[in-house]
Amino acid sequence: MLISLKEISKVYHMEEVDVPALRSVTATIDTGEFVAIMGHSGSGKSTLLNLLGCLDRPDSGTYLLDDKEVSRLSSDDLARIRNQKIGFVFQNFNLLARTSALENVELPLYYGPKISAAERQERARSLLTRVGLENRLGHHPGQLSGGQQQRVAIARALVNQPPLILADEPTGNLDSRSADDIMALFQELNREGITIVMVTHEPDIARYAKRVIQMKDGQIV
Amino acid sequence: MTGLITIRIAMRALVRNKTRSLLTALGIIIGIAAVIAVVAVGQGASVTMRNQISSMGNNLLMIFPGSQRTGGFHGGAGTQQTLTAEDGEAILRECPMVQAMSPMVRAGGQCIYRENDWATSVQGVNVQYQEVRSWDVASGSFFTDSDLRSAARVCVLGQTVAENLFQGEDPLNKTIRIKNMPFRVVGVMTKKGSAAWGQDQDDTIIAPWTTVRRVLQNSPFNNVNQLMMSLVSMDALPAAKDEISKILRQRHRLNQTTDDDFTITDMTEVTQMITQVSSLMTMLLTIIASISLAVGGIGIMNIMLVAVSERTREIGLRLAVGARRRDILMQFLAEAVALSGAGGIIGIGLGISVANIVAKVNHWPVMISASAILLALTFSAGVGIFFGFYPAWRAARLNPIESLRRE
Ligand SMILES: Nc1ncnc2c1ncn2[C@@H]1O[C@H](COP(=O)(O)OP(=O)(O)OP(=O)(O)O)[C@@H](O)[C@H]1O
Ligand SMILES: [Mg+2]
Repeated sequence: MLISLKEISKVYHMEEVDVPALRSVTATIDTGEFVAIMGHSGSGKSTLLNLLGCLDRPDSGTYLLDDKEVSRLSSDDLARIRNQKIGFVFQNFNLLARTSALENVELPLYYGPKISAAERQERARSLLTRVGLENRLGHHPGQLSGGQQQRVAIARALVNQPPLILADEPTGNLDSRSADDIMALFQELNREGITIVMVTHEPDIARYAKRVIQMKDGQIV
Repeated sequence: MTGLITIRIAMRALVRNKTRSLLTALGIIIGIAAVIAVVAVGQGASVTMRNQISSMGNNLLMIFPGSQRTGGFHGGAGTQQTLTAEDGEAILRECPMVQAMSPMVRAGGQCIYRENDWATSVQGVNVQYQEVRSWDVASGSFFTDSDLRSAARVCVLGQTVAENLFQGEDPLNKTIRIKNMPFRVVGVMTKKGSAAWGQDQDDTIIAPWTTVRRVLQNSPFNNVNQLMMSLVSMDALPAAKDEISKILRQRHRLNQTTDDDFTITDMTEVTQMITQVSSLMTMLLTIIASISLAVGGIGIMNIMLVAVSERTREIGLRLAVGARRRDILMQFLAEAVALSGAGGIIGIGLGISVANIVAKVNHWPVMISASAILLALTFSAGVGIFFGFYPAWRAARLNPIESLRRE
């Protein structure tokens, strides 16, 4: 079992009111799954994904990642987990501007175990080839289409060979053609054994997943 | 992340905003350049001055007419008519610590040799002047005691005058005109270089003081502008001063309540004055440098805060892909230090150029010490660390989720 959540709660404290974003969420996700999380706006999907991605800690509950409790780890330990075990794909791509595709993909390698510049470039190049961008290595994000930018982001997510990819509305900014391409890529990665958890609004996109988790008011229904 | 990569990333971020980086570093550049230039020029100048003071003559002591009421160097030398060549003779006779003595009468004058003319100063002295100034004749000979007694129209040229008036021709036994009076050139002095106050010591003509007084100044009196004497040793200075003072007071019939009507000056006073001026300069410089480094540092802090807020999303992304808070801190700190360090290096270069130009104009040696450069580098890097820390700390403290969401 890759992910195991037990009674996870998260409350955002605003000035006057407390906003409960997650209310006692319990769920498990196995290695090799392709899960889509759906639900209305404000139902807590992104909050859940951020917790899964170790970008945030729950207020209560336990989160086992690879059978290890991670919800109480130090921020340095969480950073290492994000670097080694998790690849993020964002709705707005989040590539470094004025920086080549190759260097964008290399970025996570700087924060991992030390490797040579040659190896770093080689790994980034092979992943860009993998997502079909072998002819766009030197292009900056501004010189790439939305679909291409998202593929650079996926290559970046894969560069440390993580077992888990987390994607928050990865097709939200794409036309349907590009969206289908990205989903095909996700399915391919999933077939190779990478676990994917993806938040989406669109049923068409959710259909690519093997399992759909529905959320409502901070709970899984 | 390794240090080298951190530095490379920092450099790249700076190059990306060239103009902004340059303007930001300007405070540091100017501060460091000022320090380097002034230290280099100051050291060169003070070494030169010390050399020149010793080139003035051995164990030199000077007496000016008029009393010294303020602490500084005597300003109105020669304005009063109380000091005579006979005073000097008496001192030489009565004070065994005085080895040699020459009076000095100064006149300015236009000198002409054929179609060449040259404005210079004429020093009226006696034969012992050579010994007092430890200054020899390069060619020909010095004038003699009998020239002195007869106020003969002979002169010895300084190198600068010889070059400009004769332009390669041999000046010996030629006749030049000083203020339209004919003088025969009997010798040319060796080269002496420039004096502590920058004046060219070779730009002068030396003649018997009697001649200068009678012929050039047309005066029957024996008062002089200055008496110069060399002592047997520097240790004798305080005793010699006392004794000379006693002799002069007696000769001038001054009673106990009257001030001295002369001033005895020696080179230690000049040396002290130079030291005083240079320590004042150092203090001023330190203040200017501190202010400009602080202003530069604040500029760096300001621009780094702007950079952190501009690149919040980048920071969020780096945190998401595994950067630790320490990595972010180091990245922005490195950027601040690179900015101030580059400013420091440019400043050092600029300072050295300025020092070279100033030194060239003044004929000083350039004294750029490795320790000054090292200190400048340390300081500029220190400014980067000090003023870059707060922005870097702000960056490292950012929440990854909120940063990623920032537009
Ligand atoms: N930083 C925050 N501070 C306060 N409240 C927050 C914060 N982030 C989220 N919330 C609240 O928590 C709840 C869940 O938010 P979340 O972003 O997880 O929703 P979502 O399901 O991803 O919605 P959407 O589909 O619009 O992206 C919402 O009510 C939201 O207002
Ligand atoms: Mg969301």
